[in-house]
Amino acid sequence: MSKTTLTRRGVLRTGAVAGAGVALPTIFTASSARAFTNEPTGGSVTLGFNVPQTGPYADEGADELRAYELAVEHLNGGGDGGMLQTFSSKALEGSGILGKKVEYVTGDTQTKSDAARASAKSMIEKDGAIMITGGSSSGVAVAVQGLCQEAGVIFMAGLTHSNDTTGKDKKANGFRHFFNAYMSGAALAPVLANAYGKDRKAYHLTADYTWGWTQEESIKAATEALGWETVEAVKTPLAQTDFSSYIAPVLNSGADVLVLNHYGGNMVNSLTNAVQFGLREKQANGKNFEIVVPLFSRLMARGAGENIKGILGSTNWHWSLQDEGTKAFVKSFGTKYGFPPSQAAHTCYVQTLLYADAVQRAGSFDPCAVAEALEGYEFDGLGNGPTLYRAEDHQCFKDVLVVRGKENPTSEFDLLEVVEITPRGQVEYAADHPMFAGGALGSCNPGV
Amino acid sequence: MFGLGKKDLTLFLIVAVMALFAPFILNPFPTDSGMAQFNAGYPDLMQRFVIFGILAIGFNILFGLTGYLSFGHAAFLGVGSYAAVWMFKLLSMNVIPAILLSMIVSGLFAVVIGYVSLRRSGIYFSILTLAFAQMSYNLAYSVLTPITNGETGLQITLDDPRILGVSATADGGIPVTNLFGLEMRSFETLNIGPWAFQFSVGYYVAAIIMLISFYVAIRIFRSPFGMMLRAIKSNQNRLYYTGLNARPYTLAAFVISGMYAGLAGGLLACMDPLAGAERMQWTASGEVVLMTILGGAGTLIGPVLGAGFIKYFENIFSKINDQVVHAWVSFLPDGLENFVVAIIHPFVGKGWHLTLGLMFMLIVIFLPGGLVEGGQRISRRLRRKPAEDDAKSASTEPAE
Repeated sequence: MSKTTLTRRGVLRTGAVAGAGVALPTIFTASSARAFTNEPTGGSVTLGFNVPQTGPYADEGADELRAYELAVEHLNGGGDGGMLQTFSSKALEGSGILGKKVEYVTGDTQTKSDAARASAKSMIEKDGAIMITGGSSSGVAVAVQGLCQEAGVIFMAGLTHSNDTTGKDKKANGFRHFFNAYMSGAALAPVLANAYGKDRKAYHLTADYTWGWTQEESIKAATEALGWETVEAVKTPLAQTDFSSYIAPVLNSGADVLVLNHYGGNMVNSLTNAVQFGLREKQANGKNFEIVVPLFSRLMARGAGENIKGILGSTNWHWSLQDEGTKAFVKSFGTKYGFPPSQAAHTCYVQTLLYADAVQRAGSFDPCAVAEALEGYEFDGLGNGPTLYRAEDHQCFKDVLVVRGKENPTSEFDLLEVVEITPRGQVEYAADHPMFAGGALGSCNPGV
Repeated sequence: MFGLGKKDLTLFLIVAVMALFAPFILNPFPTDSGMAQFNAGYPDLMQRFVIFGILAIGFNILFGLTGYLSFGHAAFLGVGSYAAVWMFKLLSMNVIPAILLSMIVSGLFAVVIGYVSLRRSGIYFSILTLAFAQMSYNLAYSVLTPITNGETGLQITLDDPRILGVSATADGGIPVTNLFGLEMRSFETLNIGPWAFQFSVGYYVAAIIMLISFYVAIRIFRSPFGMMLRAIKSNQNRLYYTGLNARPYTLAAFVISGMYAGLAGGLLACMDPLAGAERMQWTASGEVVLMTILGGAGTLIGPVLGAGFIKYFENIFSKINDQVVHAWVSFLPDGLENFVVAIIHPFVGKGWHLTLGLMFMLIVIFLPGGLVEGGQRISRRLRRKPAEDDAKSASTEPAE
């Protein structure tokens, strides 16, 4: 009996030692010498679409995924080609990227930095993704951007509005097409001053996290420059669902404008509470009380229903625009899915096209070559008019839309009307603007 | 050997062999086959398997032995991560100081939280720990932003001081976490025929630490101290009547368990230098409880299996999308294909929570002892031995 035990133990021990012996020499050597991470070798190239499929921004995520599928279809020559027809660059021919068929993998960010990074890592390590894109939260965008910088792949940000993404957390491998809080402020403030006058007193309710803070800072600076006064700025917890206790003090604060720096479900709830309290019928300082929501999206407008009518905000893009690019995109998206795309879908579709185009122009999938092709790139025909990818911070500069909740919507998608298209010149800022200071792009990383 | 009994030694060696050969075991399908989707042998997921294994082992020391159900273990995980990332920012990119600091800080945290929470038992204890964890989460999310960088998460940057290292590498990049020069992220790919096996430095570092933790856990389970903890679980009043004060023992177990969680958090940060507040959220605490129950509470190997099970679902099932399902069933006629895809659709991709929930229900209902009990039943079937022998299978040691 003891003899057999000894043998078994001996076998196991020998096995363990032998295993360690086999494994050790291989793990302590340098990685194989390739030009860059996940260089595509076969007849196809894999892109990683990392979007929130569960959690608070799942609606945005689902729409982003639809846009990505459409973009892949168009890149591979399927469908009606969408914005490829209107894009100012004609490098893409509908034959994939550099002749390689585009394939994709998807993942769930859960709107958590940790889960998003795990999902992006598995795309890079397991599926060999050459580019990661997507996301619907600035926290996630910053986290995944950092990961892509370390891993040596390109990150094309999805919906992220915080100044930090291309400000203090900017990275050489990361690119953002979406606009940011500063641009919202710069575009919105003149319209607000026109509509509501220059001697207003504003009260801010702000979602208590990085995006909320940068937006509050941007809106405050822009409105104060035009003569407004900020009475008070109150932070609300992100998980808050009932804002009554935050709305009540607004009435007696002496303010006559309420600015809601909230997004998604937060904004839907805070706006509904504010309307329930009758703020919009109130008079303060002899003026009508007004509510402003600096960052609007159609999905939010749908959630807020009636309450959104007449409220001013800004948005990156809206499907009712009448330029050729927008019309082509709305048409092919509508044909495929039966309803118009959201701004999240638009920015993700455009980002995919821009990446593919940059690879095609650079003639290589090497992240450094792609980054070089994107930096300082001027293009048109993608729905926002002439646009520049600035080399200093990898932020896109384009016109910003100021929108208002429609009084008489004709359909469940027709909720916002464009009040003004703020020209690009008015929302531009220096790359070393104090709201964006404190970070560095670093150098591009092609990986191992 | 190592002061372990025969059965424990066998178990330990099995775990060691499995950990060392994980890149092979977890990659059973050739890279270009359709089944490659189910391969789990890539560095990031393997690291998560062993790191959450450590977390679950630690949790089991508290829950499995004393029966105190902590619903706030994620707080220690988060604190450990923050401590480790701060060490990377301030001192050096070497993982050793980071891991040590994360254990120390989470240990101190555990002393404070445990001292207060352990005054109550049962559901009140669970609620107290949950409250502390949510407090930590909210503090990290907004109040302590200068320390935690709020929702964005604490990251290392190019302008960190790093006293014993460099702020930026020669070519302008952020330096990488390492163990005396061995980069955590570097890996070697071994191609055998159509298979590609990845051996990652980070994984082996984490795996060795997991084996050490596992060994310590076995020693605790078998020690007189472990016996005391079991006595607390079976009847605390009886202990008080015999003149023993149980609280120092429970506090010690709580602190050890918290340090395990801190170690796991520190390791997470070593593999990927980022610490986010959501690591402390109550859902994260709940996940640890799920892992332990799923694997088998009170058993040595159970929590590790449970951790692997949950992480596998989170990372593999969530990535199966309709396109992939279509490819699987493309041999069927069109109408039938779409029908099958529609059936499978709710359970994969964004529906991975649903699948996991169903599995959890099935296991809790039919295998109350968790995966370990499943293993025992199978081995009993296979061996067909009389009942008194198989009550203790080689791979498990029930706590009571």
